[in-house]
Amino acid sequence: MADEKQAEQDLSRRQFFVRLGLGSLGIAAAGTAAFAYQYLEPNVLYEPSPVVNAGKPDRYPLDSVTLDVNSAIYIIHSQEGFFSLSAVCTHLGCLTAWNAELNVIACPCHGSKFEQNGRKIEGPAPKPLPWKRIWLNDDGDLLIDRSADVPALARDSFVRI
Amino acid sequence: MAKTVDQHFDDLRQTRVWRSIFRSGTGSSTLKRALAIQQNVFLHLFSTKVRTRMLSLSATWYLGTLTLGAFLILVATGIPLMLYYHPSVPQAYADTKDLQFVVSSGMFLRNLHRWSAHAMVLLVFAHMFKVFYRGAYRPPREFNWVIGVILLLITLLLSYTGYLLPWDQLAYWAITVGSNIASAVPLVGEKIRFLLLGGHAVNANALLRFYVLHCMVLPLVAMFFVAIHFWRIRKDGGLYSHESEPATVRANAAGTQIELKEER
Repeated sequence: MADEKQAEQDLSRRQFFVRLGLGSLGIAAAGTAAFAYQYLEPNVLYEPSPVVNAGKPDRYPLDSVTLDVNSAIYIIHSQEGFFSLSAVCTHLGCLTAWNAELNVIACPCHGSKFEQNGRKIEGPAPKPLPWKRIWLNDDGDLLIDRSADVPALARDSFVRI
Repeated sequence: MAKTVDQHFDDLRQTRVWRSIFRSGTGSSTLKRALAIQQNVFLHLFSTKVRTRMLSLSATWYLGTLTLGAFLILVATGIPLMLYYHPSVPQAYADTKDLQFVVSSGMFLRNLHRWSAHAMVLLVFAHMFKVFYRGAYRPPREFNWVIGVILLLITLLLSYTGYLLPWDQLAYWAITVGSNIASAVPLVGEKIRFLLLGGHAVNANALLRFYVLHCMVLPLVAMFFVAIHFWRIRKDGGLYSHESEPATVRANAAGTQIELKEER
C-alpha cells in the first residue's frame, strides 16, 4: 500500500527528463526574452543636451515671447522677469507657436490654445505648458534646463536682472 | 498553326524535366486538376475544389484576393524603392525627393506604392465588412476572423511605419503624435514609446527602427499570418456560402425554412 503511493508520487525516468528538458527550454526562453529586451533598449542616446544656451538676456525685449524652434522652448521677458515655457503641446506633442496678434500660444495640430504663462485657454490639451528651470551662468547667458519643470509663476521660476 | 504550338507544349509537358517539376502530369480529369493544386507548394494552401458560385463576383466581391494583390504590388514596388533610399537623417528626405524627381520611373513606383498602401487599408476594411455582414465569421471560421483582425493590425502598423520614411514635416509630426498616443497605454506606455522610437524623440534611431519594421519585420509577420489565413479557409470548409452550410443543407433536405440563431 505504501509502495503504491510512493510509486504514484515518483516520476518515471521519461517524465523526469521531459520536465528537465522543458524547464531548461523555459529558462533559456526567459533568458532570451530578457536579452532581447535589453538589446532593444538603447544604453547610449545621441540626443541633444537638455540644457539650452539662450544667449544674452538683452536679445529679448520687454513683453516679448520668443520661440526657439530647435530646442522647442519659449523665452518670455515679462514685467516680472525672464521665464521659460516648453513649446511642446501637452496633448500629443506638436510644436506650438506664438500668435502675437491674438496674444496666445496656439497648437496647429488639434487647436489647443494657451496663455503667455502656459495656462490652457481651450482645446484638448490636458495640462498647461510646463515651466522650465532658467538661470544665468557666469558669462551672463540665459540657460534653460528642458528636463527640469518648475512651478508656474513661482518666485524662483523667474530670472530678474 | 495554333495547333502545332499546342502540340509543342504537349511535347514539352511530356519531357522528363517537366514531369520531374510538375508531377501531376497532363490531362484535365478532375483528379489531375485537383492534384495540380495539391502538389504545388503555393497552391496547396487552397482548396482543391471550389463551388462554382463562390467564384462569382457577388459571393465575395474578390475583396480578399484584391487585398493580396495590393500586398503583392507593395512588395514588388517596395523592394526597388529600397535601392535608392537611405534610412538616415537627413538623407532620407533627399532620397525621397530624388525618387520623386530624379530617378527614372521613381515617381511611378513611389506613387504606386503609396496608392496601393491606401488601397490595401481600404480593402482590408471592406473585406472585413463583407465577411461580417455575410456572417462568414461564424463557427467554424471564428479563429480565421481572429487571424484577420491580427492582419488588420499588421496592415495598419505597416501603413504607420511607412509614413515616417519620407522624413518630411508631415511624417515627423504624424509619428510624434502617433508615438504620444502609444505612450497613453497605462503603466507601460512610456516604455513602449521609448522602445518604438529607440529614444525620447523622433530621431535617427526612430527612423532606422521604423525602416526595419516596415521593410523586414512586419512584411514577414504579415506573410506568416496570411499563410495561416489562406490555409484555414480550406480547413474550415472552404469559402463561406450560406446555401452550402451543413445546417442549411439539412434544413432544406427536411423541407423547412432555416432560422438563423445567434450563437451563445
